[in-house]
Amino acid sequence: MAEAKMAPRPLSPHLQVYKWSWTMAMSVAHRITGIALYGGIALFAIWLVALASGPSAFDAMQWFFGSPIGYLILFGYTWILMHHMLGGVRHLVWDFGHGMEPAQRINMARFTLVGSIALTLAIWVVAFIAF
Amino acid sequence: MAQFTLPKNSKYTEGKTWPKPAGAANLQEFRIYRWNPDDGANPRIDTYYVDRDDCGPMVLDALLWIKNNVDSTLVFRRSCREGICGSCAMNIMGGNTLACTLGIDDCAAGSIKIYPLPHMPVLKDLVPDLTSFFAQHASIEPWLQTETAEPETEWRQTPEERSKLDGLYECILCACCTTSCPSYWWNGDRFLGPAALLQAYRWLIDSRDENTGERLNNLHDPFRLYRCHTIMNCANTCPKGLNPAKAIAEVKKMMIARVV
Repeated sequence: MAEAKMAPRPLSPHLQVYKWSWTMAMSVAHRITGIALYGGIALFAIWLVALASGPSAFDAMQWFFGSPIGYLILFGYTWILMHHMLGGVRHLVWDFGHGMEPAQRINMARFTLVGSIALTLAIWVVAFIAF
Repeated sequence: MAQFTLPKNSKYTEGKTWPKPAGAANLQEFRIYRWNPDDGANPRIDTYYVDRDDCGPMVLDALLWIKNNVDSTLVFRRSCREGICGSCAMNIMGGNTLACTLGIDDCAAGSIKIYPLPHMPVLKDLVPDLTSFFAQHASIEPWLQTETAEPETEWRQTPEERSKLDGLYECILCACCTTSCPSYWWNGDRFLGPAALLQAYRWLIDSRDENTGERLNNLHDPFRLYRCHTIMNCANTCPKGLNPAKAIAEVKKMMIARVV
């Protein structure tokens, strides 16, 4: 008797259909900003190497970070750092079992976005006034 | 490595639009995932129209109406129709829930989209293969384990000890939470998932259970427990309003408490 032939089972849709929630979106953003921080640290390392290499290298680096593109990169890096920091604090609070009730968890996820933007703007306003 | 796109045989296409019921004044459109193991084709999305004046209020009523009046080949699980058996769990309007406890009006959509529970092998239409899900539940040994001699009557608990089981014992194992979890999507073969871990905590916190240490040992694993990254989809989607994410956080706390 011939074996019954069975078609390979399909995988049901997941990311394609799942509704985004604040907690899910901020968790993904935490991952992405965490990866982007590697790039930020590379920038910092390049700056340090230029600093150790002498005035001409440092001048070139200083010119780049002072250019509009340099400002844009530093501004983006500031936001990524603030977002990842607040995300880390949020996950830490949750690891202690706090702030997990329905309204709390959504508000905490929202605050990561709002707070990171507010902190970034505050840092840059202070930097422009002070320097 | 997580695969974010669907495999080739799982990509779905536009399916058939079934005729509108004759003479119906109050129509609701449904877009439903179909897959038939016998025809060798990819999954497709069929469109159905339900006569609201002839149909009950819940999404499950609409599915039954379609099966009775439009297309008898539509396959889905259902049993109790009152949110206690967990059979009719599916992805409706992007969230996992029970078709029997979600009102058609609550979807508030021109077109209600229904898929099987996410990232699971599909047996047919809206029926996912839950074999691995139930095996993971079995792996946490969901029964009372004791060392001391059995009492002559029942194992006793104070009301306070009993209240610790509230929010845990209500779980009906519908798999909504586990299949909503991106961590489970990417590592479902090794991560136990929110439902099994909530059940694990239900036995860890039970004052009568005497196998707490061994239960924790079984969970002390980079994947089984620690793939939970508090994404919270489980708690957001649970049709019984439970909080698996919090139960998992409590298990992680117990892990730390026993070594400090």
